[in-house]
Amino acid sequence: MAANTPVLPKLVGERVKRREDPRLIQGRGTYVDDVKIAGMQHLAFKRSDIAHGRIRSIDTSAAAAMPGVEAVFTGADVAKFLKPMPIATPFPAPEHHAVAIDTVRCVGEPVAVVVASDRYLARDAADAIVVEYDPLPVVVDLEQAMTGQPTVIHEKFANNLAVPLVPGGTGCSADGKTVDDSGIDAAFAAADVVISQRMMNQRLVPNAMEPRGVVAHWEPGKEQLTIWSSTQNPHILKSLVSGMHGLGEHQVRAIAPEVGGGFGAKINIYAEEYVASGVSKQLGLPVKWIEDRTEAFVATTHGRDILCYIDLAAKKDGTILGMKMRLIADIGAYNMLLTAAVPTLTMLMATATYTIPAVRVNLTEVFTNKTPTDAYRGAGRPEATYFVERAIDMLARKLKMDPADVRRKNFIPKDAFPFQTPMGAVYDSGDYEKALDAALKASDWEGLKKTRDAARKEGRLVGLGLAMYVEVCGLGPSSSLPTGGWEHGSVTIERDGRITATTGASPHGQGNETTFAQMLADQFGVPFEHVTILHGDTGVAKQGVGTFGSRSQAVGGTAIHMAGKKVKAKMARFAAALMEAHEEDLVFENNTIHVKGAPAVSLPFQAVSAYAYVPVPLPNGVDEPGLSAEAFFEPTNNTYPFGCHISMLEVDRETGEPKLLKLVAVDDAGNLINPLIVEGQIHGGLAQGVGQAMIEEANYNSDGQLVTGSFMDYAMPRAADFPRFELSATVTPTPVNPLGAKGVGEAGTLGSTPCIVAAAVDALSEFGVTHIDMSLRPEKLWRIIQGGRA
Amino acid sequence: MAQIRLTVNGRARSGQVEPRTLLVHFLREQLNLTGTHVGCDTSQCGACTVLIDGRSAKSCTVLAVQADGSEITTIEGLAKDGQLHPLQQGFWEEHGLQCGYCTPGMIMSAVNLLKDNPQPTEQQIREGIGGNFCRCTGYQHIVNAIQHAARAMAAGAPQEARK
Repeated sequence: MAANTPVLPKLVGERVKRREDPRLIQGRGTYVDDVKIAGMQHLAFKRSDIAHGRIRSIDTSAAAAMPGVEAVFTGADVAKFLKPMPIATPFPAPEHHAVAIDTVRCVGEPVAVVVASDRYLARDAADAIVVEYDPLPVVVDLEQAMTGQPTVIHEKFANNLAVPLVPGGTGCSADGKTVDDSGIDAAFAAADVVISQRMMNQRLVPNAMEPRGVVAHWEPGKEQLTIWSSTQNPHILKSLVSGMHGLGEHQVRAIAPEVGGGFGAKINIYAEEYVASGVSKQLGLPVKWIEDRTEAFVATTHGRDILCYIDLAAKKDGTILGMKMRLIADIGAYNMLLTAAVPTLTMLMATATYTIPAVRVNLTEVFTNKTPTDAYRGAGRPEATYFVERAIDMLARKLKMDPADVRRKNFIPKDAFPFQTPMGAVYDSGDYEKALDAALKASDWEGLKKTRDAARKEGRLVGLGLAMYVEVCGLGPSSSLPTGGWEHGSVTIERDGRITATTGASPHGQGNETTFAQMLADQFGVPFEHVTILHGDTGVAKQGVGTFGSRSQAVGGTAIHMAGKKVKAKMARFAAALMEAHEEDLVFENNTIHVKGAPAVSLPFQAVSAYAYVPVPLPNGVDEPGLSAEAFFEPTNNTYPFGCHISMLEVDRETGEPKLLKLVAVDDAGNLINPLIVEGQIHGGLAQGVGQAMIEEANYNSDGQLVTGSFMDYAMPRAADFPRFELSATVTPTPVNPLGAKGVGEAGTLGSTPCIVAAAVDALSEFGVTHIDMSLRPEKLWRIIQGGRA
Repeated sequence: MAQIRLTVNGRARSGQVEPRTLLVHFLREQLNLTGTHVGCDTSQCGACTVLIDGRSAKSCTVLAVQADGSEITTIEGLAKDGQLHPLQQGFWEEHGLQCGYCTPGMIMSAVNLLKDNPQPTEQQIREGIGGNFCRCTGYQHIVNAIQHAARAMAAGAPQEARK
């Protein structure tokens, strides 16, 4: 029989087309706004249009009188059924009401919510609410905010210091209470050269193409709340929503249907999720809220916005002796779910791929009258990479060394892993020189230099940039994540031999339905089409943490793999009984189970699964029928993917307009399950890195108005903004999970920004420029060119 | 309220709409054609792109009453007789989508692009989809997908039906 069995290919490591796609390319996906429930009402929020002020009065009478308006709630009304919102970091946070009661602290903060029978009507009614404010002074500059002038945004936080000071580095005691700087002082005293630079890693708007949205449905008869939300982590949503409404977790089911991108901004659990579920419960009606894009610009968390003062001490041969980094993060008006933790990742990764003997890194987080920040793709690591790589590039330029050579001189050697950094990270595995060499080769670095020099002889402004990166991914042990650092998976072999698996890693474009099915198909030797992956529903996936920190494959994939292992062991016992063979001799392949070395002794996979559900008799050593198992996987450590990015850029001498000519990326994410999907992830990350380097900025005026507050003003990258990315990979598996996979979702955002800015500085080197803050706006570059001529 | 009659994906449809009702909301809310998405409110992102009388248009920027009497094709109407349109097939083959939210609009724009220029260069493709944002893919696989479709259509795969 086995001889006639079609041979099934191994799928792990193959470019398998995504199984998510057929529904999405035909308009058959179900996103939150596609959910309709009979009797559903629509919410619209009245939001503050000033950045700071006291609410003198709110007149909701005209709105409430509109036919079709079910209810209007002010902040005071909402506070009757909703406590202040929680955060998940161990830092102190000011009281934060979902709907402001007496004071607004940024544009976009909700001040009232309307419930109406129709979406347009809800918006009309919200517009009919009249709010009078007594304006307060506004502060938007983070360094000014630290003076406490002209305003203190939260009275219990003097000088607007959300997190006054977190010290870190060599000479810092474990509890952060005592600091011995003698090593740093000695390093700088011994230096031949010191690089000092102020750098801004600017604020960005995440802009997932699907804005946020919520449908909440409280069923009074069942005393059950179902909440659909465009979120990256429905299980966290379930826990927090149940806590906020005094419900048991067993009374709440959270569903993340198709989620149209997240990029970190859909990790936070938002006011609208709490309010919608609370309003549904109050009124006993299903409600829907869908964010407008212009609303999203101010109501969904922003990313980055970290200032760095960096000093680098080195010998004239390029050996780095010491580094000082002073980080100041502008977190906006409130501390959200993970806000305060994001800049701590910048600290953690401050020493990047290098051995730096003496390091001092301090972090301060500051409130301003802006939209709060939280995770945005990379979340703290792109900032660290940018600061260090820029400084090392400046060092190379000052020493007239090749940027590759300076880096090579300071790399953590490949035999030093696992490597404990001065910042407390333990890098799992790495080979940075290999990635650098691969990038130099892939880009033809020496050839690029000749091309650049030839272009310069023609008077063109062409430059090259190179940057290394290492990031922290696959989060992580529970000690490092307030949500718990594990992920959950379950695998059920159905009676007919088909496989249903669930994962708590709720995807939003990562393709886990495909990659996890590839793994299980290989694990059980069954056709890919026989495996289904369910996710995004707390009623289906029993437990979960979520998809962020490039963790879904490394942690969620491993949980599924572990659950599969348990089921496979049990199935082998059933098969062994049927075949009168030893379990350990059984091979699962080609949709059969057969005895190793005796392929004729074989049973169809589904014959064994059918027997497992009607086991007459129940085999010895098997306690119960059925084939289903679950697993929680918690890694012992995070993973630390790395790579090298190289770019070539030209600046138009007349207009200052930069053009990215080339971007080469070598990424090492460990073992890859599906290289096609990995490439897509890297492309997406690169695009967001290029966007940050070249065009994207969230800019506020002094009144606290977001002047880049719509797609008409915020520079969202378009297809023509990019060259064709050139990718290659090195493979250094991680030892912290059995798949050897490190995670890849954020990688592209790390190396890209410093290598592009380095290329711009190189292009404009004839004008004596050593650093340019992002973004590389033509006007900024044009001024440098003009100044150079003057 | 105004009465409108139009043809959507080959079927005669009618409805009562407010004069201010956007075409995209009529399609999504009244006809339950939720494949067409809304990604912005300023006509930049292109997630809502459909074909109106064979030309791509952003359905968030057209009033339903303006579409009275027109022939509309949405993403749901692109596959014919169970056969994916070459662009749908191209997006699948080349991993031209991740979260899928921009995808219907991106595909409908590309239908128009390839109708006007069946063998575009890469640069022409990149400029041709300039009215559509994607935040996931970095566009490279989208470009590959459109090239894939252009090759397939040149080789005689089913053409998008012209009306």
